[in-house]
Amino acid sequence: MLLRYLLLAAVALVVVFPIYITVVNAFLNPGEIAHRPPYLWPRRFDFGAFGTAWSRGHLGRYLLNSLIVTTVIVAAQVATSVAAAYAFAFLRFPFRRTLFVVFLATMMIPFEITFFTNEQTIVHLGWYDSYLALTVPFLATGFGAFLVRQAFLSLPSALSDAASLDGAGHWRFATRVAIPLARPAIAALAVFSFFAAFNQYLWPLIVTKDERLRTVQIGLRYLRTSAVDQVNVTFAGTVLAILPLLVLLIVFQKQLVRGLTAGAVKG
Amino acid sequence: MSTTGASLAADAADTVTEQPPVRRRGRRGRARDALLGYALIAPALVVFGAFVFYPFARNLYLGMYRTPPFPGLPKRYAAFDQYERILRSPEFLGSIRTTVLFVLYTVPPGIFLGILMAVLAHQRLRGIAIFRTLFSSTLATSTAVASVIFFTLLNPQVGLLTHYLGRDGKPSLLQEPRWALIAVAAVTVWQNLGLSFILMSAGLGAVPDELLEAAEIDGAGFWRRFRHVVVPMLSPMIFFAAVVGSIQSFQAFGQIDLLTQGGPLRATNLLVYATYDAVFRQNNEGKAAVLSVALFVITLLLTLVQLKVLERRVTYER
Repeated sequence: MLLRYLLLAAVALVVVFPIYITVVNAFLNPGEIAHRPPYLWPRRFDFGAFGTAWSRGHLGRYLLNSLIVTTVIVAAQVATSVAAAYAFAFLRFPFRRTLFVVFLATMMIPFEITFFTNEQTIVHLGWYDSYLALTVPFLATGFGAFLVRQAFLSLPSALSDAASLDGAGHWRFATRVAIPLARPAIAALAVFSFFAAFNQYLWPLIVTKDERLRTVQIGLRYLRTSAVDQVNVTFAGTVLAILPLLVLLIVFQKQLVRGLTAGAVKG
Repeated sequence: MSTTGASLAADAADTVTEQPPVRRRGRRGRARDALLGYALIAPALVVFGAFVFYPFARNLYLGMYRTPPFPGLPKRYAAFDQYERILRSPEFLGSIRTTVLFVLYTVPPGIFLGILMAVLAHQRLRGIAIFRTLFSSTLATSTAVASVIFFTLLNPQVGLLTHYLGRDGKPSLLQEPRWALIAVAAVTVWQNLGLSFILMSAGLGAVPDELLEAAEIDGAGFWRRFRHVVVPMLSPMIFFAAVVGSIQSFQAFGQIDLLTQGGPLRATNLLVYATYDAVFRQNNEGKAAVLSVALFVITLLLTLVQLKVLERRVTYER
């Protein structure tokens, strides 16, 4: 029994140590961080480094940008996915299957393949250095449409039959029956999208130069390079960048897990 | 995190024969349904057209044109010569070799540690929920967060890991050609521990407890149980994680940009970073296009492998 706890604790220590020491170092001053042997716990609770990262490191501004961009992307992805999924699950129209395959095909072309041609498109559109550049390419997702469609299809067909016999319109069927019943899948999509959008790195790096448009992830890049004699500020900034997701992770763990495992083999 | 296209496609193949959609009576009703259907998928289609299919086609096209050495000169049509020239270049082959090594350094260790953590957390013990939360905590980190943390911990002057590794006063591991790729891989593995743990826990949750217990009563030791019961039962999830993880590692970029910039001596010049470097530093979009197409082919092959195996279903009946 004790052995089991020791084993668990040892593994937990390895996993959490980098995050723990980041928090500790955010409370130390640069001289203390360089001290040998290293201090493994805070000597006092001085929030100065957090203040510096927030104001002079502009972390406040970057977090706001990340939040704006992420909220727009999540809201749009949920909307476009639910709409497309509804069409694929409940409506008949020519080329429905072909179009669905087109949606699936988008998953075979990850953004890492198209990033620089997309950057050229953004420049041509005159969107370089704008929120449009940061959001528009991600307003739809084949993965999301697929996930919600599967949820719609798993609803008992008696429901839709009853609705159509009833003469209830699509709007009523969608908003009163289909969408509420597919809520777990939609929530999984939303949380998954949030994490993916918030953590984006390559794209914001290449389509923005303006400091006022920086997202947190890109902000960290500059915090890393500019603060060699202020390591504590770098650590504090990192803690600030983790906090939003940490809160979300604790609150929405179930949804995130569902989103992450959605593609795994059934069963 | 990346989407999980391959297996979704497999699922989709299963469900093409779906239940009948809502039917409206009469021709006018059907026409209106069709219009509504197009209207509902149109927004997504526009985005895909502009930011997935068009740039992809443009990649294929740019790959056939040689970028002039000086801006302003016309591009020269080179058909597939440029593909051949670049795909045979030592630089590309080196980058592929490095990327494959990176995949090997990240995927198997990540899966192994994920299983280990999942098995440990799969016990009925008081307070186990706390450990589960701790094990999944790296899910709250991003590539950038993990990279900045380890970049600073490996700092030659103030880095804590520098000290513990006995390298005080020596250059950062990230600047050692022998260690840089391994160090970057280790950071990547750490950042993905949470994900790996979650996936393997989900897989383990589907294994009937009697099976694990039966093995215990049989007196099988931990390692034997691990090898002969846990790993086979988890094989569908391991396979899924291996394919998704490989695709993700083939697409790694952020950790390279933040930790090593492809160096030292190109020791960490992964494929996507090489593409980025080609277009934004060398101004050679023709080359970048060829590298992108190569990455697409690799992703496609991995996906096809997954589909092929899924067809045969690696599941063990329960």
